[in-house]
Amino acid sequence: MSEELLGLTAAEQAERIAAGELGAEEAFEFWRDRAAGDDLGAYLWVAEDAPEGAGTLPPIAVKDLFCVKGVPSQAGSRILEGYRPPYTATSVRNLQEAGARVLGKTNQDEFAMGSSNENSGFGPVQNPWDRERVPGGSSGGSAAAVAAGRAPWAIGTDTGGSIRQPASLCGIVGLKPTYGAVSRYGMIAFASSLDQCGPLTRDVTDAAILLRHLHGKDPCDSTSLGIPGELPLPSAERLDGLRFGVWGMEEAGLEPGVAEAVNATLACVEELGGSVEQIELPNAKHGIAAYYVIAPAEASANLARYDGVRYGPRAAGDGDLTSLYEETRDDGFGEEVKRRIMIGTYALSSGYYEAYYGTAQKVRTKIAQDFSAAFEKVDFVVSPTSATVAFKLGERTADPLAMYLSDYYTVPMPLAGIPAVSIPCGLSEGLPVGFQIAGPAFSEARILDAAHALEKSIRFEGVPVG
Amino acid sequence: MTTTVTEPESRIYEPVIGVEIHVQLKTRTKMFCGCALSFGDEPNTHVCPICLGHPGTLPATNAEAVHFALMIAMAFECEIAPRSIFHRKNYFYPDLPKGYQISQYDIPLATAGRLGDVRIHRVHMEEDAAKLTHTGSSGRIHGAEASVVDFNRGGTPLVEIVTEPDLRSASEAADFGRLLQATLRRMGVSDVNMEEGSLRMDANVSIRPTGTATLGTKTELKNMNSFRFLERGIDAEIRRQEEILRKGGEVDQETLHYDPQSGNLSTLRSKEEAHDYRYFPEPDLVPVAPTEEMLGRARSALPELPAARAERLERDLELPAETARLLAFRSEWGDFFESAVDSRRELAHNVANWTTNELTSRLGDRELADTRLEPAAFAQLVELVAEKKISAGAGREVLDVLIEEGGDPAAVVEAKGLGRAESGELEGIVDRAIAENPDAVEKIRAGKGQAIGAIVGAVMRETKGRADGGEVQRMISERIRA
Amino acid sequence: MIERDQVLHVAKLARLRVSHDEVDKVAGELSKILEHVETMNELDLEGVQPTSHVVDLTNVLREDVPRPSLDRDTALEQASDATATGFRVPSPGAS
Ligand SMILES: [Mg+2]
Ligand SMILES: [Zn+2]
Repeated sequence: MSEELLGLTAAEQAERIAAGELGAEEAFEFWRDRAAGDDLGAYLWVAEDAPEGAGTLPPIAVKDLFCVKGVPSQAGSRILEGYRPPYTATSVRNLQEAGARVLGKTNQDEFAMGSSNENSGFGPVQNPWDRERVPGGSSGGSAAAVAAGRAPWAIGTDTGGSIRQPASLCGIVGLKPTYGAVSRYGMIAFASSLDQCGPLTRDVTDAAILLRHLHGKDPCDSTSLGIPGELPLPSAERLDGLRFGVWGMEEAGLEPGVAEAVNATLACVEELGGSVEQIELPNAKHGIAAYYVIAPAEASANLARYDGVRYGPRAAGDGDLTSLYEETRDDGFGEEVKRRIMIGTYALSSGYYEAYYGTAQKVRTKIAQDFSAAFEKVDFVVSPTSATVAFKLGERTADPLAMYLSDYYTVPMPLAGIPAVSIPCGLSEGLPVGFQIAGPAFSEARILDAAHALEKSIRFEGVPVG
Repeated sequence: MTTTVTEPESRIYEPVIGVEIHVQLKTRTKMFCGCALSFGDEPNTHVCPICLGHPGTLPATNAEAVHFALMIAMAFECEIAPRSIFHRKNYFYPDLPKGYQISQYDIPLATAGRLGDVRIHRVHMEEDAAKLTHTGSSGRIHGAEASVVDFNRGGTPLVEIVTEPDLRSASEAADFGRLLQATLRRMGVSDVNMEEGSLRMDANVSIRPTGTATLGTKTELKNMNSFRFLERGIDAEIRRQEEILRKGGEVDQETLHYDPQSGNLSTLRSKEEAHDYRYFPEPDLVPVAPTEEMLGRARSALPELPAARAERLERDLELPAETARLLAFRSEWGDFFESAVDSRRELAHNVANWTTNELTSRLGDRELADTRLEPAAFAQLVELVAEKKISAGAGREVLDVLIEEGGDPAAVVEAKGLGRAESGELEGIVDRAIAENPDAVEKIRAGKGQAIGAIVGAVMRETKGRADGGEVQRMISERIRA
Repeated sequence: MIERDQVLHVAKLARLRVSHDEVDKVAGELSKILEHVETMNELDLEGVQPTSHVVDLTNVLREDVPRPSLDRDTALEQASDATATGFRVPSPGAS
């Protein structure tokens, strides 16, 4: 039955469980063994035996930075090594209450800072399509696990592309919901005004099901709203009358193979009755600059609590408080995290605030205005998710800026707070290419419907798993 | 009361003082989490993942804290910001679990108010830090080896009140503090207890040549835990600055600690060590934009405040201004007084005098609440004296009893036989006194009226002061003329 | 462009260590990133409102109702240096 289960989407498995054709425990055991057998470095922890919960939905792989009571939750960082939270994140609890039990904690870039998962404090993750390549990041473990059939589905977080980019590089579906759709309570923070939790799944329907259970207003998160109205499962097969605005196809760094796959998808849009036009997002090119001020600035404060006093490992120090702080943080944080704390601290320090943080916040406004203007003319803003396919492990680690620039297509949406999905749309050099569909705030249902129609006609073949 | 200007040569300087007050709000739960507030409970028993700054936690603003803060802003006649926001104030310290304090910065809840004749610069909301206990001999920071952190206090709702530099002496600063304390206590938004730290006062002190408008370099005096120490500390700092300036030196901008025992001022932080707090808007919280409903609720929750109460007592009960102020600024005294005169307004003056003189002097630092004295009984006592049923001296004796044992004044008078000596009893005593003082009688008959004093004195001695001097005098003259 | 002493100052503010032989490398990396960041200044941002929240919410307030706290052992459980009742640290200012 293993082969059979691997061939099914999470939704199909849920149907069998509901119909009594598949036992909840049987399903959990199967996926537990699959997770335990992972050799990609996708997991940091795998559940020993079935935890509490109905199990009416297939078990879920959860990015390490989600706090789960009593379960290692380390955000991929040595500074939280062995940390077991006394509470559970609202998003995870929502899934548990819906019947999905936690299968394991997945590897990630430390504190979600990275685009290749190479910044994990616990080692890199291999891309199942080519083990010499990165799975993307920061939700690299979740993406690789789902792509390799090591998890039926997973959740991750997206701050500047951390769900969509790894989904793209691993050939699966990744959705970043509207900011405020899903509670951030219990999500170990990177950049609070950008972080959003979302699904990484085999197909669009699975993503919609997870979103249904994840979203909602949470009294523990003052910035949460939930998604107003119904979230029907995506069913569209056509795109009649829908207008798609394309941007970024002239970018220098865009690989020809990626452009080809995206253009083929645009042709597909027209076949399904949709229309395609070029649009401008004049300020999008400044997204990276604004993002790499705002995110590090917020992170520099969010990561100040890691001082070795209340939890996490503590360095010996030289007996005084300052050396204890510095040594604990020096030992615990990786290079990239330190780099971003430095940038953020500098950007907020007296005399520089306006020049950096103040300016970045204004750029953020301009980018949001670009999208509002675009949505006057079109229903969706589409682009490649990533300029390139999965790159080689170590290829970009030497050059932080080059790594940052790989977020080019995914950074503008979180800056504007709007939702976007990445769906696999073909191969380039035998590696998956992602197609990104963004819509106005809270247009998740429409985005997923469009993604569903495209998915049906693209018929992307996932990686063969064994 | 100490005064600033003592040595003649220092008269050329004028102190310029502003105060910063932190007030712990008396809500049920903390500012940003559901932990119950506590004082003196077992360490770390009122903590949760949020107030311990655990990874992934988020703050959720306490509605009642906002309500109390709005009441305070209104009590000070402030302009309330239509939309105020929280910032993160970043610095590392073991009593600050998140590595930043959530506070208000460039858009505080309220600005531009006043209390008495002192202008209020701003009123804002923030969260309190935890409690660090320094182990080792002294409780002072320096020298202690290790410290233990108790997060029970961490996250307690605070309102910070900053005045303009309108105060001109240590005693003015202390008086302002007392008015502020009386006002907030009356509002019931805080315990305003300086010893327990629910009211904390810092003072910014500078001096300048009298008559000039320029502001000198100011120093900050931290955390004085009583108004007496506040006053002494400011005085000491003013003297210190005067000496520096008189020697032609310059005052350094620094933060100082005043030790009431030694009377010494020690540097806590110099300007060089001044923090770079890297304030930025708290992304986990949304703006506070008080609605008409919120404002209305705060407005209607405001009781009569001490300043207004003093006016009313002066106007309605025709009390002297100083007496009215004394009663109004210590609301427990005011409440006691008002319930005492409740049904007998004609006694207002006497009750007021007995309250502000006899009662206060008897209690000293002791709280009214710790006595057995009932307002009604107090009023009856004052009435007995007013109607000359007992003498003032006897009244004081009865008061002492009522304070310690409570009860009904008439009964006490009875039990102690303090009632007026009746004329029947008096006649005998008077006759005897006359008989025993023939020469005084001679003098009186010779027109030396004042000689009667000797006889009156004899009667008073005999009656242990229970007789009424006027009546005794009348009886004596009657008899002598007859 | 960020200078050596700025790097050291920022490291101090952030309680991070930058050894003296790292300073130039770090200054170089940060400067390169900041150089890109400063391309924002090409934009005319006259009169543009800054965005710090994308959600348009106000007065999200919690009722003042106590919720159970952690028991102390659970609270202290994760600390590397706890006494029976609290979290131990070297005293600030002591050394
Ligand atoms: Mg303060
Ligand atoms: Zn708490």
